[in-house]
Amino acid sequence: MNTKTPSRLEKILAAGHLAVTSECGPPRGSDPEAITKKAKMIKDYVDAINITDNQTSVTRLCSLASVIHLKLMGLDPILQMVTRDRNRIALQSDILGAASFDINNILCLSGDHQQFGDCPKGQNVFDMDSMQLIQTVRYMRDEGKFLGGDDIGRPPQMFVGAAANPFADPFEIRVPRLAKKVAAGVEFIQTQCIYNLDKFELWMKQVRDRGLHEKVYILAGVTPFKSAGMAKYMKNRVPGMDVPDEVVKRMSDVPKEKQPEEGINICVESIQRLKEVEGIRGFHIMAIEWEEKVPEIVERTGLYPRPKDL
Amino acid sequence: MRLTYPDSIRIIRLPCTGKVDVIHMMEAFQKGADGVYVAGCLEGECHYLTGNLKAKKRVEYTKKLLDEIGVGGERLEMHNIAASDGPRFAEVAKEMHEKIKALGPNPIKGATLNKKAA
Amino acid sequence: MIVAERKPIDEIIGFIKNYKKILLVGCNECVTVCYAGGKKEVGILASALKMAFKKEGKELEIEEVTLERQCDHEYLEEIRSIIDQYEAVVSLACGVGVQFMAEKYFSTPVFPGVNTCFLGVTEASGVWTERCQACGQCILGQTAGICPISRCAKRLLNGPCGGSTNGKCEISKDLDCAWQLIIDRLKELDRLDDYEEIMPIKDWSTERAGGPRKVVREDLKS
Repeated sequence: MNTKTPSRLEKILAAGHLAVTSECGPPRGSDPEAITKKAKMIKDYVDAINITDNQTSVTRLCSLASVIHLKLMGLDPILQMVTRDRNRIALQSDILGAASFDINNILCLSGDHQQFGDCPKGQNVFDMDSMQLIQTVRYMRDEGKFLGGDDIGRPPQMFVGAAANPFADPFEIRVPRLAKKVAAGVEFIQTQCIYNLDKFELWMKQVRDRGLHEKVYILAGVTPFKSAGMAKYMKNRVPGMDVPDEVVKRMSDVPKEKQPEEGINICVESIQRLKEVEGIRGFHIMAIEWEEKVPEIVERTGLYPRPKDL
Repeated sequence: MRLTYPDSIRIIRLPCTGKVDVIHMMEAFQKGADGVYVAGCLEGECHYLTGNLKAKKRVEYTKKLLDEIGVGGERLEMHNIAASDGPRFAEVAKEMHEKIKALGPNPIKGATLNKKAA
Repeated sequence: MIVAERKPIDEIIGFIKNYKKILLVGCNECVTVCYAGGKKEVGILASALKMAFKKEGKELEIEEVTLERQCDHEYLEEIRSIIDQYEAVVSLACGVGVQFMAEKYFSTPVFPGVNTCFLGVTEASGVWTERCQACGQCILGQTAGICPISRCAKRLLNGPCGGSTNGKCEISKDLDCAWQLIIDRLKELDRLDDYEEIMPIKDWSTERAGGPRKVVREDLKS
């Protein structure tokens, strides 16, 4: 496959390697060290790093500024952009802001509702949704035009991604929804973190039946459990998350001090199993506030070292 | 049955407590009642099937309203008494009389009384 | 209809605490249907206010009137002959009626007695839910009769989001996921293929964002 952007992530995927991405959550403050430190920990183990965008609607240092810090360090960041907080003017403007620093990966999301965060009384924007944002970035890149129709000076060269959640309801449209995002122009997908491997493989089968795995690079999302408590919390309190009872049991059956280790084991085993699934082109390791474990996970799953000369 | 009950109770007869509306209870207090209770049939035995259940909900709503304006929702109660149960009727009457006596007069009278005294 | 809810009594008392003679005006339409501001509610509120004032040793004279509507000149005119007798008006109409009252009776203070909530339906006795955001460009034809702008918490035009769980919205188990409803109905109408059509970015200029709106029918102007 040819590449359309200077994105290193795109090059790695186009060359047929399994890609590895991870993510960092920005601080609730203005100290950039909080991000640069985390990034330094994982940079040799991943091909690109997502910076979340006011995730769960909790106000943090913005993704845009954070990815600029990473870019200035010589790393390859992925700008996450939600449509909850910005109208189409700000979205296009921020895309250009990122492009002015040659940031060339973007993940288009709608965003969690502000009710979950620290400003539940705030307005939300949703001038467009994630599907329309994908179309917008492709339009800006490929046509070189603003939504309003005017030409863009030095259009953004961004590799366009989105999220997919095979575990949200209704299951029957989760594949049509992926198809929709592909039609909108998405080029890579990071899935919600996977614990129910059977259900995921079923989703992938349906994805393959429609040939979608050849039109978009799918990266399987994984998150290691730090504790049995975390497993239960994610099972019961996080919308769109599917954590089977056996997995929770596996965590609970182990004494507290051993639970983090078991969580990593489960994560490593999942990746090993997912490596065999046709259509999986890489992994998105979300170890929020546990970034120090990413190197171990990448090493134990045979994904280290990362491809260098492309 | 010739049972006795306190003469502080003024009875207003209705075909069914389902006829009682919020405004009736409000106006009773507005006109100076210190306490009001709605006596309906036992639940499940309403002659009109659900009248006493509607009354119960309206009583609850009015209690909240009375709290909001500082008169006090505890001055209003719903009771369920079988039509033939004279002893229970007298018992409830005595209970309400004691309860309202302990609460004192309707606060809307108090202010005007103080004004008169002053 | 427009759904509203009576304001807390202490808030209303706060508006009128320095007055002795007020006009309490209800409305016979929407606020009657949702039991917030019709003739009955006017009576109950009048009784409550009088008692609240009496409790503080004050008297409050209230005249109770319920107009057919408060959003039409001809009905608001009906109180012209009496309005100057009153120090203030508390209107139990929706925000539309309160404002029209204030415009028409420019020198009389007017206060709202209800909070205007939304455009909606009587889903069941005592339960009202939102259905329309008055966006000015109705898309119900494309969404099988269910509006994602008013019923999706994120007004997604290409939903559902990843938070939809068991047919419920991520923000509340009591809220149906609008996109689940749309998909169910598309299935019922044998139109599930329509789901994959991408809805374009919406023109919000006919919505609140474009500024206060106006509709004119030249053929009906006098």
